[in-house]
Amino acid sequence: MTLHRGRGFAAINYPIGMNLGGDPSQALVHSNPDGKFTVTLSSIDLGQGMKSVTRQIAAETLGIPVEDVYVDTADSDTGPHCMGSFASRGTHRVGNAVIQAAQEARAVMLDAAAEELEVDPADLVTDGQGNIHVRGAPSRSITTMAACQAAQFRQGKTVSGRGIFLIPLSEVDPDTGEMTPVSCFAHAAMIVEVEVDDETGEVSVTDMKSAYEVGRALNPKLVEQQLRGGAWMGMSHAAWETTEPYYPDRAHGPVDFSGYLMPGPGDLAPHHISILERPAPDGPFGGKGPGEMCANPVLPAVVNAIYDAVGVRIDDLPVTPEKVLRGLRAQGGAKPRRRL
Amino acid sequence: MAKKPVTFTLNGTERAAFADPGQNLLDLLRRGVGDLTPKYGCAQGGCGACTVLIDGAPHLSCLVLGETVEGRAVETAAGLSGAALHPLQEAFMVHFAAQCGYCTPGMLMAAKALLDQTPKPTREEVEEAISGNLCRCTGYEPIIAAILSVANGSVRA
Repeated sequence: MTLHRGRGFAAINYPIGMNLGGDPSQALVHSNPDGKFTVTLSSIDLGQGMKSVTRQIAAETLGIPVEDVYVDTADSDTGPHCMGSFASRGTHRVGNAVIQAAQEARAVMLDAAAEELEVDPADLVTDGQGNIHVRGAPSRSITTMAACQAAQFRQGKTVSGRGIFLIPLSEVDPDTGEMTPVSCFAHAAMIVEVEVDDETGEVSVTDMKSAYEVGRALNPKLVEQQLRGGAWMGMSHAAWETTEPYYPDRAHGPVDFSGYLMPGPGDLAPHHISILERPAPDGPFGGKGPGEMCANPVLPAVVNAIYDAVGVRIDDLPVTPEKVLRGLRAQGGAKPRRRL
Repeated sequence: MAKKPVTFTLNGTERAAFADPGQNLLDLLRRGVGDLTPKYGCAQGGCGACTVLIDGAPHLSCLVLGETVEGRAVETAAGLSGAALHPLQEAFMVHFAAQCGYCTPGMLMAAKALLDQTPKPTREEVEEAISGNLCRCTGYEPIIAAILSVANGSVRA
């Protein structure tokens, strides 16, 4: 028995969202009687941080503390339409819709403040701490709460805004087929190290190094969390999990968690993550979306690493010990390449 | 068949409920006494989301008959925090050890059982302790880091 070490490389260009037919998302923003704001969406937060990121975006645009924003989402009966949380589109699409809605609400809030302070709304700025004041004259100020209450109880204005983000449908050139299906790409590259046992065919991932270009990391901790969890999922898809182990034969498919293999806490590989920030021109505060591509490059990198380690090229996932052993037998044993 | 009265302590408070024949502890906790922190994942002992402590030891509440906790002490994630968060909860927060959060109550109880018995576990012991608890989001690393930080007294370091 010999353990063979190998390294594999993979890179990805990931399109944010799906651009055929608009891919719209909407947002509504309004102030409440206590001067705090509600962002109403129907976008789903299934743990990826949709609520956190849209809350930050709304607070930044309105110019108020993040604590003063509540995001009400995930109910398509009460929220405006959203295409959904998929294709890494949440931050980019919904974030842009929230900016538009928050800008409209902010304009009403500043109008209300201007009326109370008897100044021109164009002269007003927010301090992000819950105050609106005249530019260059911080003493001439009003709290955002007082401004919103004045709007509601004295001036008869709703401090509210509507937002939608839409990618115009890209026409296809009839002669060349050329089109622009995607407005925003994120990028990543990674190197994976594996150990392949040439007697049992087992593969263990021993190290991962990745660099992700995600636009601006609007919430760096959430970005890192997605990349870390996503790489684990990619590793799992590469060498563990499948619902159809003998596809198209349906036999031996897992029926529960005991039969559905995933790497456990003892199977982890250290993952060194670099996050590169190149703000996207059409992204909310430059943000793109790391959601889906955090899992993708792990799969080819693992397969390439196995090829590097033992010379067996596997093109059918997941990489099981059986496939490795069959490959080794077909080529008469391990033929390490060690290219990287 | 008749319901059976069961009296037990839940997070230090005496509670009573009627257990249906065959009703598991998970269901008794969630519907009988209204503690929704143990989660219903697979109901066959495969995921760990329903982990609770019975007399200090971790159990999969989906595999425990409700009526068998008569006179015993049951602990769930609902009992972890008092005026302040439990150090494990604090550590899970600081280390971003949750995304969707569904596995978190079970993870917390598995971790508490470990640290109550072994205050200074090795990384391998932490991995072993949570190996029956599935997580789909985090890749486990932040969870392991959170538990180790409590053991090392470096939650906020």
